Amino acid sequence: MTFQDSFITALGGLQINKSRSVLTILGIVIGVAAIITVMSMGQGAENLILNQVRGLGPQTIIIEPGREPQGPSSFTEIFTDSLKQKDVDALLKPSNVQGLKKLTPMVIQVAPVTSENETIRTSIVGASELLVKILDIYPNQGVFFADEDVRQKANVAVIGLEVKRKLFGHSDALGEKIKIKDKTFHIVGILPSKGQVALFNVDDMVVVPYTTAQQYLVGINYFNAIIAQAETEDIVSRVARDIELTLRETHGIDSPEKDDFHVMTQIDAIERIQVITTILTLFLISVAAISLIVGGVGIMNIMLVSVTERTREIGLRKAIGATEKDIMAQFLLEAVILTALGGIIGIVFGASLSFLVSLILSRIIALEWEFIFSVFAAILGLGVAGLVGLVFGFYPARQASFKNPIEALSYE
Amino acid sequence: MPFIEVKNLEKIYRSDNVVTPALRNISFTINQGEFVAIMGPSGSGKSTLLHILGFLDRQTTGEYRFNGKTIDDYSKEEIAHTRNKRMGFIFQAFNLLPRTTVFENIKLPLLYSDIKKSQRDELALKAIESVNLSHRINHEPSQLSGGEKQRVAIARALINKPDVIFADEPTGNLDSKSGQMVMEIIQRLHEENSHTIILITHETYTAEYAQRIIKIFDGKVESDTKVNHRHTARDHFRK
Repeated sequence: MTFQDSFITALGGLQINKSRSVLTILGIVIGVAAIITVMSMGQGAENLILNQVRGLGPQTIIIEPGREPQGPSSFTEIFTDSLKQKDVDALLKPSNVQGLKKLTPMVIQVAPVTSENETIRTSIVGASELLVKILDIYPNQGVFFADEDVRQKANVAVIGLEVKRKLFGHSDALGEKIKIKDKTFHIVGILPSKGQVALFNVDDMVVVPYTTAQQYLVGINYFNAIIAQAETEDIVSRVARDIELTLRETHGIDSPEKDDFHVMTQIDAIERIQVITTILTLFLISVAAISLIVGGVGIMNIMLVSVTERTREIGLRKAIGATEKDIMAQFLLEAVILTALGGIIGIVFGASLSFLVSLILSRIIALEWEFIFSVFAAILGLGVAGLVGLVFGFYPARQASFKNPIEALSYE
Repeated sequence: MPFIEVKNLEKIYRSDNVVTPALRNISFTINQGEFVAIMGPSGSGKSTLLHILGFLDRQTTGEYRFNGKTIDDYSKEEIAHTRNKRMGFIFQAFNLLPRTTVFENIKLPLLYSDIKKSQRDELALKAIESVNLSHRINHEPSQLSGGEKQRVAIARALINKPDVIFADEPTGNLDSKSGQMVMEIIQRLHEENSHTIILITHETYTAEYAQRIIKIFDGKVESDTKVNHRHTARDHFRK
């Protein structure tokens, strides 16, 4: 019996029980749709985060206190006070770090901000005047504060457009006063709408001199981060290495295992994000795969019923010359056609669903979310569906092929 | 060399210490082109004998040579192939595939043969013509009468031009008129194409369409005689 004949025979068998066939593959459809959706969403989320990290610029290097987090248990180590002014001074010496273009210490805190009429909570970002160049955010109204303001711990603030809108509505905000933690600040500049840039939502933040933030707002003498920029892209990893060596020297650390800081470049960040999103996606896929297994058990169940129901047919086919292999092929193909069909429907269904979600995320929530349909995911979904058919169809098909033609022919 | 040769054939069913002999010491030969009826009451073992002859079952002891070879000389694949190419089966219960057209039902044995696709339709049309059912080609079995169903089954048995046709109580589920019609078709096919035909029946009337009757009783051959006054289509018209 040729493969084509087996295929046509299997198709005919399925057609006779159309509605049952459709119901049988529902589990596979849902399973494959879930896998496609999860993979598409995972890829979308990864791209979203990566785009933000890429907004940092390839020359940017982030130094954070504490060791690089290795897992949830070491998370608390991030909140340490190891980065101080002396580190900044040391890093700025060209004899220590060659090729460092500029850097700014960062002090970050979420705090209430008050205008005459309104109070909101937003991110207070303490930085030096160089932040404007590092993040490429120039005020379109007023100016950014200057190094003078940083040195004098001036009470000046540059606000994002969203903050401006919430606190002042349509009226002019430039030159007005706001209170941050009961301390009065003058608004010297307003940033244009830029959305997410690197770690910051430019629209929804208030930038003040880091010296002011340290002394008057947070009351600390250390930094939450230092953002540095290398002169060119291709020396980034060497600059990062120099930074590590310099900080180890100033902190008196003799081996990398004892580091109380960590240095991250865009490449590091991308790798870390990819690892995290991949793990998350794999986890979600394995959850979705459970429904495939359930679907497979359903297929096996229905195939067993079908084999019993069609005992006479099997007996007849054997009597007129079908070999065990022919019968096996027929029923195995029925199962694989069923699941593959379920896989195809699931792919279409999953792709439509993730397209819909991406539409909602990008239009309604206004994330920069793009719809991704991965061909790899589709092939994987179809392959897994077919495999489920092969695995769960095997036992019923074998039962069918082993039937004794005499008993099968007299089966009522 | 006889076409079918059975020597000291025994078939014993065993279940839970109960030994039931179904066939005992059966011996006969059938030549190519013979039309033989195997007759006996129900429980006599005639169906068991047919199953062994049709390679659907195996004897417990004794020897069965089909075309000079015993079943033990055939592999599983060869057994299936022999059933497909050299044997045709007609069953009491017709055993047509439900919800499948007459045309597709008749073509079923070709699926398991090496006959090319392009020739299949032609063979099926010829087979259906020989049982006078060309007008029913696209009907499904549920739309046919019992006699018509059995004629479809005959066409299916014929399509691979087998050497031997096994008919297991072909008129058992039919009224006597349809039964006669089916028997006349079988008889005519025997005369036209010289198939060997082995017919199982418990009715003397049906058996007398054959050239020879082997009577089985209690698992043993009771008699083996030539039929002197065969029924023919002409008898039918005379009545």
